[in-house]
Amino acid sequence: MAAKSIISRPVYGTLSPQPGKHHLFVADAEGALAITDLAAKAPDGFFAGAHIIFIPGHDRKHVAALEALKPAQFYQGPSFASALPRLKHTLANAHMGLRLYLAGTEGLIGQAMQAALEAGIDHTSIQTEHRGSLARRVQCVHCKGITENVTTQPATCSHCGLLLLVRDHYSRRLAAFQGVCINAEDRSEIPPTEEIFR
Amino acid sequence: MSTGTTKLDVVVSDVIPVNELVTRFHFRRRDGQLLPTFSGGAHVVVEMRDGERTRLNPYSLMGSPLDTREYTISVRRDDVGRGGSLFMHRNVRPGMEMVISYPVNLFSLDLRARKHLMLAGGIGITPFMAQTAQLAAEGGNFELHYTCRTASLGTYADVLRERYDRRVRLYHDDRDERIELDRLLSSQPLGTHLYVCGPSGMIGWVRDRAAALGWPTETVHFEHFAAPQPGAPFDVTLAVSGKTIRVGEQQSLLEAIEAAGVDPPYLCRGGVCGQCETNVIAHDGKFIHNDHWLSEEEHRSCKKIMPCVSRFEGRSLVLER
Repeated sequence: MAAKSIISRPVYGTLSPQPGKHHLFVADAEGALAITDLAAKAPDGFFAGAHIIFIPGHDRKHVAALEALKPAQFYQGPSFASALPRLKHTLANAHMGLRLYLAGTEGLIGQAMQAALEAGIDHTSIQTEHRGSLARRVQCVHCKGITENVTTQPATCSHCGLLLLVRDHYSRRLAAFQGVCINAEDRSEIPPTEEIFR
Repeated sequence: MSTGTTKLDVVVSDVIPVNELVTRFHFRRRDGQLLPTFSGGAHVVVEMRDGERTRLNPYSLMGSPLDTREYTISVRRDDVGRGGSLFMHRNVRPGMEMVISYPVNLFSLDLRARKHLMLAGGIGITPFMAQTAQLAAEGGNFELHYTCRTASLGTYADVLRERYDRRVRLYHDDRDERIELDRLLSSQPLGTHLYVCGPSGMIGWVRDRAAALGWPTETVHFEHFAAPQPGAPFDVTLAVSGKTIRVGEQQSLLEAIEAAGVDPPYLCRGGVCGQCETNVIAHDGKFIHNDHWLSEEEHRSCKKIMPCVSRFEGRSLVLER
């Protein structure tokens, strides 16, 4: 569970079944466990109106558990990027009454939410639950490049090479935390690197 | 005292009967200046000086927000109400000087919406007159479903059809025309916001169906000014100001508090905005809650009351005022 800090740092909850007939889930890896936990609380027939988009990761764990819920539609893909066209297509054709549930890593939740915001869903209407890695998507505020799966503080920008302080300052629009040069005054000053976003 | 609002000195510039129940009133500033800017869905509180008695009733502004030379309201005559609408119909004439509050909006459009779906019942059409004018001016996407008892009581239905054509759909009770609500709510594109204004039964119905069909609460907007209901007189002790007052049969608790010279904050005077929320210190009796502000749990707790619309029956009531 992520610690609370500044107001822009996203806070996640626990998935709970919402009223309505159409339920869209997007999850990666251990996010599947949030869906199976929700299933224990869901009314009969809930998954008959559900569509699950799942990115299992290398070990392909949890696929069978999600299939066992018998969702109306089930998709699994190797990466979020590969699932994105399907997510966008689903949202573009959806009507009011579709409820969105996002579970898993912050990167997955953030990027799926970004697609949902573009489709007109308010972020407060989305159910989220964080499971698994705390690795961050970071935008370098200097070159604007995005580095995925950042686990260290500070972190090196994979685009321009600057050493970045990874802030809790988060952008929903970019689905990324902000990284700011940590040694702008004296580039020879290299603070120790710690792995803190595991 | 109304929180955050100041008063506007206006003159009644026109009084126009619209149909057998509804009359429209136009106000201009006495000093000839433009009136304050407002947005669609805003209301003003109109002060009615009726002899000894002052009534303060909220009415939605129905003119275009793009034209602030005048404000217009439409008042439906209520023959069994507390007399505010009858006063407006019988006593208010062109040229009369009146005082109204600055506009306040508790029913504003969420301009992030991809589409605005509006449901009006009866005189609940008035805020939508302003909202549709606002949206039409900026190319906004809206659709209005308007239920009225009969064609002749469909206030402004003709105007709306002429202005917006197929974006307005009319339903007449006497012709057994009903909104197919579930189908309507299930066929809206993602990013639609829902607005409903009308009788409380209609608002409850629409909110319940929207919730059951999976509409997030953030996307459902409603406004219902509950007119204060008359009831048996009761006595109240105001602990902070050290006064004991009697609330008359035709008076609201808020009006009785004001008549005693105590000025609690208020905005809507219709149980919606929450400004006049008052703590209960002690009570022996039963609350008659008529507001849309407090939760059911708060109603049951007997620790709070909205004096603008709610009443009390019993031996004693002590309020923190």
